[in-house]
Amino acid sequence: MSDRAKKSGMALPKINGSAVVMGLYLLFLLLPIYWLLTMSLKTNSEILNSFTLWPQNLTFDNYMTILTDPSWYTGYLNSMAYVVMNMVISLAVALPAAYAFSRYTFLGDKHLFFWLLTNRMAPPAVFALPFFQLYSSIGLFDTHIAVALAHALFNVPLAVWILEGFMRGVPKEIDETAYIDGYSFPRFFIRIFTPLVASGIGVTAFFLFMFSWVELLLSRTLTSVNAKPIAATMTRTVGAAGIDWGVLAAAGILTIIPGALVIYFVRNYIAKGFALGRV
Amino acid sequence: MNKTVNQKAWFLILPVLVLVAFSAVIPLMTVVNYSVQDTFGKNEFFWAGLEWFEEMLGSQRMWDALGRQITFSAIILAIEIPLGIFVALNMPKKGFWASLCLVLMSLPLLIPWNVVGTIWQIFGRVDIGLLGHTLAAMGIDYNYTQNPTAAWITVIVMDVWHWTSLVALLAYAGLQSIPDAYYQAAKIDQANRWKVFRFIELPKIMGVLMIAILLRFMDSFMIYTEPFVVTGGGPGNATTFLSIDLVKMALGQFDLGPAAAFSIMYYLVILLVSYVFYTVMTNLDKRDGH
Repeated sequence: MSDRAKKSGMALPKINGSAVVMGLYLLFLLLPIYWLLTMSLKTNSEILNSFTLWPQNLTFDNYMTILTDPSWYTGYLNSMAYVVMNMVISLAVALPAAYAFSRYTFLGDKHLFFWLLTNRMAPPAVFALPFFQLYSSIGLFDTHIAVALAHALFNVPLAVWILEGFMRGVPKEIDETAYIDGYSFPRFFIRIFTPLVASGIGVTAFFLFMFSWVELLLSRTLTSVNAKPIAATMTRTVGAAGIDWGVLAAAGILTIIPGALVIYFVRNYIAKGFALGRV
Repeated sequence: MNKTVNQKAWFLILPVLVLVAFSAVIPLMTVVNYSVQDTFGKNEFFWAGLEWFEEMLGSQRMWDALGRQITFSAIILAIEIPLGIFVALNMPKKGFWASLCLVLMSLPLLIPWNVVGTIWQIFGRVDIGLLGHTLAAMGIDYNYTQNPTAAWITVIVMDVWHWTSLVALLAYAGLQSIPDAYYQAAKIDQANRWKVFRFIELPKIMGVLMIAILLRFMDSFMIYTEPFVVTGGGPGNATTFLSIDLVKMALGQFDLGPAAAFSIMYYLVILLVSYVFYTVMTNLDKRDGH
């Protein structure tokens, strides 16, 4: 009895302890974002001349500047365009490859798999200049597809890696049964197998989006005007007349929104997805 | 799962091979090409042998950058891995609060890296940033553009802010997969909290933890955008990590030969360390019976 009382007495503070830890951690995560948000809703004179914890004169002018100026909002469209292209290309080539790695042994498979992963380890800084020369020489400089292909460098290996983890979890008997039932490989793959790993594909798409959306070094190096990503447009606020802090903050907030939407849609798969299907 | 031998599987790999050959092998060959040649412009190149490698190996600049890079990666791994596990252990297991934590924690991961830099650049400024202003009001001399220590602390705190959630989410996924029976057995054995962690939770999350360490090592070793936006590699060279130095050399000064030699050695170091982690990881996978 006394033992049980002691245990329940210990359990209560422990739950509170967890809540406190999580509270502090989330506060640490959200405070800098909150600061960016309040700044985006202030006027520049309020930002520079008075130190306020929240906007005294709420203004949406900074957002209006961005949403009405084509040189600003095309940045978002450009980023979206190459991110989507990259997701489609990466998934299309990675799906069959991941299937092969998860099902078959073949000459050099392990080395090949590691070699693919090494491309995920390649520092973009190493590739920036050669990419610039390669895509310039074939006339793809400053196009969306150039950035999408460049991002395939690290996204394709990642996609193969994650998908392979998910596909290993699908019992092999399903393949064999389908072949006995007379399915051809392409038909089996599209009609039966792909739906089975749908959550894995969703998680992979999330990661592809994430790493393509956040990358700047390559996307900036490979574009100048027509395909310039929003992240590169942001450096423009550092002009001769000083930095337009309000607009910079508003642009920053707007780049967070697509990510937040994507997270909301995959929230139930995030935990498993981050383990790359290996749990 | 026992796999069947099937050489035709190569055809399924082919699209990946073609794409990666185009986007990785061709550029890499360009780099190798530059590293053994010299040029006086006008597209005239001549053989330079291993001259650039010798030059780079003898250059204090590269060793300094490498030293800073290793220090940085070591510090952030030492902070993020334990902190991430600690956060994961304290996360709610299910329900609304669990979803909320997952969503909020993923948020920093999806912010473009230069925006992460911008956020901390603003946050840390003494005149307009909450952190800088508060520290200044408390009488602490904090100025990340002039004081190297402050710059280092800013860059490290920024990285912890940015990436600890990745470690936490991975560890959380590992913890979720532990069956309740394990905990019940531990209860019967009257194991204390530490023993439960040491003998049940830690071994079970080892696999995902290796993924976390591998990803964090690779990404911290190639970090470029965030410190570049916040400190620009300064003050002086205090936060000039390998990638920042490399970009400065290749795209700024256009020293192609040395930059290419630098690139190759840089890549090889990452490959070597990653190979060690990868081997450990696949061995763990095998031990768990995958």
